[in-house]
Amino acid sequence: MLIELKDVRKIYKVGVERIQALDGVSLEVRENEYLAVMGSSGSGKSTLMNILGCLDRCTSGQYLLGGHDTTRLGSSRLAQIRNEQIGFVFQSFELLPRTSALKNVELPLLYSRKQGWWNRRKLANASLERVGLAGRIRHRPNQLSGGEKQRVAIARALVGGPSLLLADEPTGNLDTKTSEDILALFDRLHEEGQTIIMVTHEEDIARHAHRVIRMRDGKIISDEKQTGRKPA
Amino acid sequence: MSGTIWLPIRILLLILQSVWLALGQIWSNKIRSALTTIGIIIGVASVTAVIAALSGLKASVLTEFESIGTTTIFAGPDLPREGKFRNLPWHKIQFEKKDLENLLENCPSLEVYTPATWRSTSVRYGEQTVENMLIRGINNSWHKIENRSVIDGRPFSIIDEEQGWQVCLITEEVKKELKLDKDCVGQEIQIDGRSFRIVGVVEERISAFDMGRSKAEVYIPYETEWKLWRNHPVILAKAKKPEVAEEAREELRFYLRKCKGLKPGDPDLFRIETVEQVLRQFEKVSIIITTIATGVVGISLLVGGVGIMNIMLVSVSERTREIGLRKAVGAKPSAILLQFLVEAVILCFFGGLLGVLGGQGMTSALARIPNAHLDKAYIPMWAIGLAFGFSALVGIIFGMFPAAKAASLDPIEALRHE
Ligand SMILES: Nc1ncnc2c1ncn2[C@@H]1O[C@H](COP(=O)(O)OP(=O)(O)O)[C@@H](O)[C@H]1O
Ligand SMILES: [Mg+2]
Repeated sequence: MLIELKDVRKIYKVGVERIQALDGVSLEVRENEYLAVMGSSGSGKSTLMNILGCLDRCTSGQYLLGGHDTTRLGSSRLAQIRNEQIGFVFQSFELLPRTSALKNVELPLLYSRKQGWWNRRKLANASLERVGLAGRIRHRPNQLSGGEKQRVAIARALVGGPSLLLADEPTGNLDTKTSEDILALFDRLHEEGQTIIMVTHEEDIARHAHRVIRMRDGKIISDEKQTGRKPA
Repeated sequence: MSGTIWLPIRILLLILQSVWLALGQIWSNKIRSALTTIGIIIGVASVTAVIAALSGLKASVLTEFESIGTTTIFAGPDLPREGKFRNLPWHKIQFEKKDLENLLENCPSLEVYTPATWRSTSVRYGEQTVENMLIRGINNSWHKIENRSVIDGRPFSIIDEEQGWQVCLITEEVKKELKLDKDCVGQEIQIDGRSFRIVGVVEERISAFDMGRSKAEVYIPYETEWKLWRNHPVILAKAKKPEVAEEAREELRFYLRKCKGLKPGDPDLFRIETVEQVLRQFEKVSIIITTIATGVVGISLLVGGVGIMNIMLVSVSERTREIGLRKAVGAKPSAILLQFLVEAVILCFFGGLLGVLGGQGMTSALARIPNAHLDKAYIPMWAIGLAFGFSALVGIIFGMFPAAKAASLDPIEALRHE
């Protein structure tokens, strides 16, 4: 089992108000699953993704990643896990401005314990090639289209060979045509063995996944396998 | 995967990487970075220039004293500043001629001594008169003490000294001022209306304390000075070796107290100075100046450091999203801390570098000021090391807070930052 969430809760305190963003979420995800998380705005999807991505800690409950409990780990250890095991794709790309696509993709390797600088360029190039951007390595973010930017971001997420690819509304800022390209890329990555968890609130997009969970008010209200998948 | 890289190498790589990132960051904010470091530049430049000037001055003074020798001792009458002897009339404390007669027997550590006087008066040769010419009464042993020999003619003889003959030695400068002939030995000049025969010319010594000009001085035997003008002497003496200079000084003090009939507990009615002492005083003064300069520099480095801190805080706030992203892809807090700390240190280091260059420029300018005795001014290596060390320290101290702030940012919050 790649992911095990056990009764995870997340409470935000804003002033005196307590917001229960996750209210007892339990979830198991196996290797090479392709999972879509759906739900209306404010239902806790991003909170869940941040916890899965070790960007945030839950208030109570337990999160096992690859069988290891992450709940008690310090921020350095979590950083290392993010670096080695997780690739995160954001809705707004989050590329460094004035920095080439190649340098952006190299970024996670800068903080890797395992990769020396001698491997960086090679790995980044391979990753860009994998997302179909071999011809754009010298471009800066402001010279790329929205779809290309998101591909660079995906290449960056993949460059360290993560066991888990997380994408929080990866097509939220893209038009339909470009979104389809990105989803086709995800389908292909999944076929290559990548575990993917993707947040979306469009049924059309969720149809690419093998399994869909729906959330409301911080709870999982349904969890079903999809059979009639849209062909890539 | 190639396995985990050995920790020290990883740290080294991380530092190199931080340096590289910092250089890029500084380069992309050139003007801002330059303005930020001005405080440091000025601080470092002024301290290195002050240290350079002092080192130069010290070198000049040392050469000066080395030529006189560290064995020279001076003793002259002096009133104590307090106590019952404070208001003694001058004639009670001045040295008597007879006091000097047994000096060498009583001070075994002294090699030679001379009674000495100086005063200025008018000197005439033919139509040419010079007012305020320095007249020094000396004995032959003076040449040995001050290490200045007679280059033309002869020094005073025993007969000159015992009989108090009206003979004199002059310096080259006197020749010029009195418009004497080139070969003036044997000619007569008028000192205070009395005729003196020139018997020789004393070699010049240009002293750092004379603003680089050679001095017009006329020397006459001390005995003559006494006979004609009743001028009481001070003592110039030379210890046998530098190691016994202090002993010689004590012997002289003991002897002079005996001459003055001083009882135990009475203060000295004279002052004894050695070159060692003067050197030590100079040393003291230069330490004081260095301390003050260091203080001033400390303040300007502080101001510079606050500037660095300010700009680093601005930088952290501007780059909050970038920091969030770096953390999201796996940068540990320590890596972020290092990155910003290195950036602050490099900024300060550049400041230090430009400061040292500026200080070198100021030093070269100082060295060119005529007659200021700073031609030997140089920035010693330790000062350069100190400048860089301090700059780096300022960078670490004032960069720490912004860097820690960056390191402690929460990745999600940071990524949400507008
Ligand atoms: N940092 C935060 N501070 C306070 N409340 C938050 C914070 N982040 C999220 N929330 C709240 O938690 C709930 C879930 O948010 P989120 O997970 O972003 O929802 P979604 O991604 O499904 O739209 C919302 O009510 C939101 O207002
Ligand atoms: Mg969301």
